[in-house]
Amino acid sequence: MSVEQPAWKALPDDRAEFQFADAKPAFSDAEAVIEANRCLYCYDAPCIKACPAGIDIPAFIKKIATGNIRGSAKTIFKSNMLGVSTARVCPVDVLCVGACVLNDLNEQPIRIGRLQRYATDETLEAESRADWDLFTPKAAIGKRVALVGAGPAALACAAHLVLEGVTAVIYEKDDRPGGLNLTGVAPYKLQSEAALAEAKWLLRNGVQLKTGVQVGRDIELDQLIKQYDAVFIGVGLGADKALGIPGEDGPGVWGGSGLIRKIKNDPAFELPDDVQAIVVIGGGNTAIDIARELAMLGVPDVKMLYRRTVGEMPGYGHELQGARKYGVRLLERLTPTAVIRDGGRVTAFRATSTASGVATDYPCDWVVVAIGQEKHAVHLADGIEVDEKGRMVVDPQTRRTGHSKVYAGGDCINGGQEVVNAATDGREAAFAMLRSWDIAPELA
Amino acid sequence: MADLSIEMCGIKSPNPFWLGSGPPTNSGEQVMRAFDAGWGGAVWKTLGEPIVNVSSRLGAIDYAGARMMGLNNIELITDRPLETNLKEMYAVKKAYPHHALIASLMVETKEQWRDIIKRSEDAGADGLELNFGCPHGMCERGMGSAVGQEPRVLAEITSWVKEYAQVPVLVKLTPNVGDILVPGKAAVEGGADGLSLINTIKSIIGVNLDTLIPMPTVGSQSSQGGYCGPAVKPIALHMVGALARDPGVTIPISAIGGISDWRDAAEFLALGATSVQVCTAVMHEGYRIVEDMIEGLNYYLDAGGLASVTDLVGKALPGFTEWGELDLNYNVIAKIDSETCIGCQLCYVACLDGAHQCIHTDQGPCSAYHGEPDHGAHPRDVVQPPIWHQNGGGADTHVPFVDEQECIGCNLCKLVCPVPGCITMEEVPTSAGKESWNDRLAKGLA
Repeated sequence: MSVEQPAWKALPDDRAEFQFADAKPAFSDAEAVIEANRCLYCYDAPCIKACPAGIDIPAFIKKIATGNIRGSAKTIFKSNMLGVSTARVCPVDVLCVGACVLNDLNEQPIRIGRLQRYATDETLEAESRADWDLFTPKAAIGKRVALVGAGPAALACAAHLVLEGVTAVIYEKDDRPGGLNLTGVAPYKLQSEAALAEAKWLLRNGVQLKTGVQVGRDIELDQLIKQYDAVFIGVGLGADKALGIPGEDGPGVWGGSGLIRKIKNDPAFELPDDVQAIVVIGGGNTAIDIARELAMLGVPDVKMLYRRTVGEMPGYGHELQGARKYGVRLLERLTPTAVIRDGGRVTAFRATSTASGVATDYPCDWVVVAIGQEKHAVHLADGIEVDEKGRMVVDPQTRRTGHSKVYAGGDCINGGQEVVNAATDGREAAFAMLRSWDIAPELA
Repeated sequence: MADLSIEMCGIKSPNPFWLGSGPPTNSGEQVMRAFDAGWGGAVWKTLGEPIVNVSSRLGAIDYAGARMMGLNNIELITDRPLETNLKEMYAVKKAYPHHALIASLMVETKEQWRDIIKRSEDAGADGLELNFGCPHGMCERGMGSAVGQEPRVLAEITSWVKEYAQVPVLVKLTPNVGDILVPGKAAVEGGADGLSLINTIKSIIGVNLDTLIPMPTVGSQSSQGGYCGPAVKPIALHMVGALARDPGVTIPISAIGGISDWRDAAEFLALGATSVQVCTAVMHEGYRIVEDMIEGLNYYLDAGGLASVTDLVGKALPGFTEWGELDLNYNVIAKIDSETCIGCQLCYVACLDGAHQCIHTDQGPCSAYHGEPDHGAHPRDVVQPPIWHQNGGGADTHVPFVDEQECIGCNLCKLVCPVPGCITMEEVPTSAGKESWNDRLAKGLA
């Protein structure tokens, strides 16, 4: 099927992102085959159960072993349209790889993420691969769906919808699709070019993308609900939360996700030479990511300050270990108290021990606040509710909100989880819409 | 997507993937699950007079960590009542009218053949497969491979069967013979409509060194069994190819022997098989493997521009000939890529001890080096590394290099090299035309 590809301006190529090497480089053919043949091809495999998208992992690995790479990719994508990015960004240690039965044999578990990358990477060259049309879209059925945001959830949802002949129109406030894959994923896991190539592949079967359109500003949600048969909301999270402490406003204090985005996409970003010490506030994965990125960019002193103890951190242990390797240090039981400035310039971060009550100044040049992000509260219509944490309330199976035509998925319903969760939300919402029109989705 | 459907001597099947006669086709419930998984046909576990089985029954060879490279069994034909099997076959055929359902049969007397053929056909069998191959247990009673090893008996029983059978008859051959063409042609002579091969190879899978009893062990003893699985594939490929290219064998072949994935299947089809039968791989990993077999074969056919699986059948036969027809003027030599070489020197030691002493290292020429491209006639002391090695290698790289004058192109170094693509065999251009041994004989040069 020939549909004009949406175009967007290429990213400038002088970005700090390029200073990061791939944390998990691609397998060579030989490595992939050896690894694939190590897989036991378990029946009713625990890795499948541990995968939020429920990918038939043993089947896709078996297909690598037999040389059926195209079939392997198809097996992955049919459960997870974001197979390219999730191969790189999934916290496999706590998901599929953590569940691998080889752990019980005291053997190295199968490196599933890297095998998934091996099977799906040709997608990045999909434009030049005529045989990479893995799925055939059906004829138009006269249904139209608007999707708000072009992040992983909406991209997955739209990709599933167009295969069933639904017209899918994505409204994205930024200039480019990809959402957090483009702007927020640590660059040593996924770089922006790969995120954009993946988005391009996901859009290839006729998904329409309108960039620079913000719902709530340029067009109202109610209008979309009126104009379309269904609406999917995948707007992610809002701005970085602030600490609300003295000295916080002013130069030298950054929001975590905002700074990651600058490193990834902004050619104007350059780490000043005189920034030698940075304090990162928070204990989640965004805090760990930005701390590691800054350490990798050459900041000799990066400290994470966390209110509670390491065992209570919401960030993954393996991610913290990864950051520690680059010199990041974690200080526990510290409550943010004040940003200390000297003539406007940040000189220290004051934190108070929750154990002793003693306040200590930690000398630093920058402070990065990564304690979570605000929720978008603008996507409300009749029946749509948010919970006490600001998350949109949806039916756990269908991802439908209280409004019969409105579905939602991704970080705006879960408060900030993985790409694979967003992709699964998008898929399930697409299936639920189709079923509401009495269509049985082929990939379900 | 290519058309995978086949017709083999009148038996239609949605794809060429059949389950071979064995434990995976023991019951109707199993066969129906297999058809649901995607298998195109099934040859039922061999029917015959009731038997009693032993315990245990299976033994396997593991190789370098991989389980069941070869499997051997001392199980006999079905141990379920004939009535039960036939009832279930009937139910399967009724529910799956477009799948191939074949009854494997093994009895002794002409009357028994007549009866069991009639009953199998009444149960809806699309075809009959005569089990003249089982090399353990049943052969001691004058059946199975005892028939397959006696061409005259084989032809005669086949002709009995053809006398009674309304549906196509496949003769399943034993590989436990000197020349597979002999029983193959006997089957054709007897009127067979198709051939199935190979049945298992007579074998002892191993000896338990603690008990000093061969395996699989039944109490304090064991017995020879039938060998199958990935390890037997090359033997089966040869036998299938040998029959397929023989002008005297005009009937289609259902290939059996170590077929585990779509690549194996494609190889057998290319060597002349019309359908393939799988047993060990399913015993190992379940019916589910057929999904990849179908998909992989489909993509392979698509990539090759073949619209139908039948277009692949026999495609490799023109390239399969007698040794005497091979071109003696064709030469290849090994080339080691110093960029990807990891310096294990397995090629070096293999060539030094197991081949023709043509690979050398920076430590100097190998001890057998002898100066002239004379294949060992004179001692040598100097060898020049080829250009690529001088550029890419070095004293500390541990990269061996090939004496291009001396290399006889045997492939051994490439076969032992653990790095795919590191050692390639490159053709040496020659102005000499093709000349085979047979050509030389014809010219009186030999």
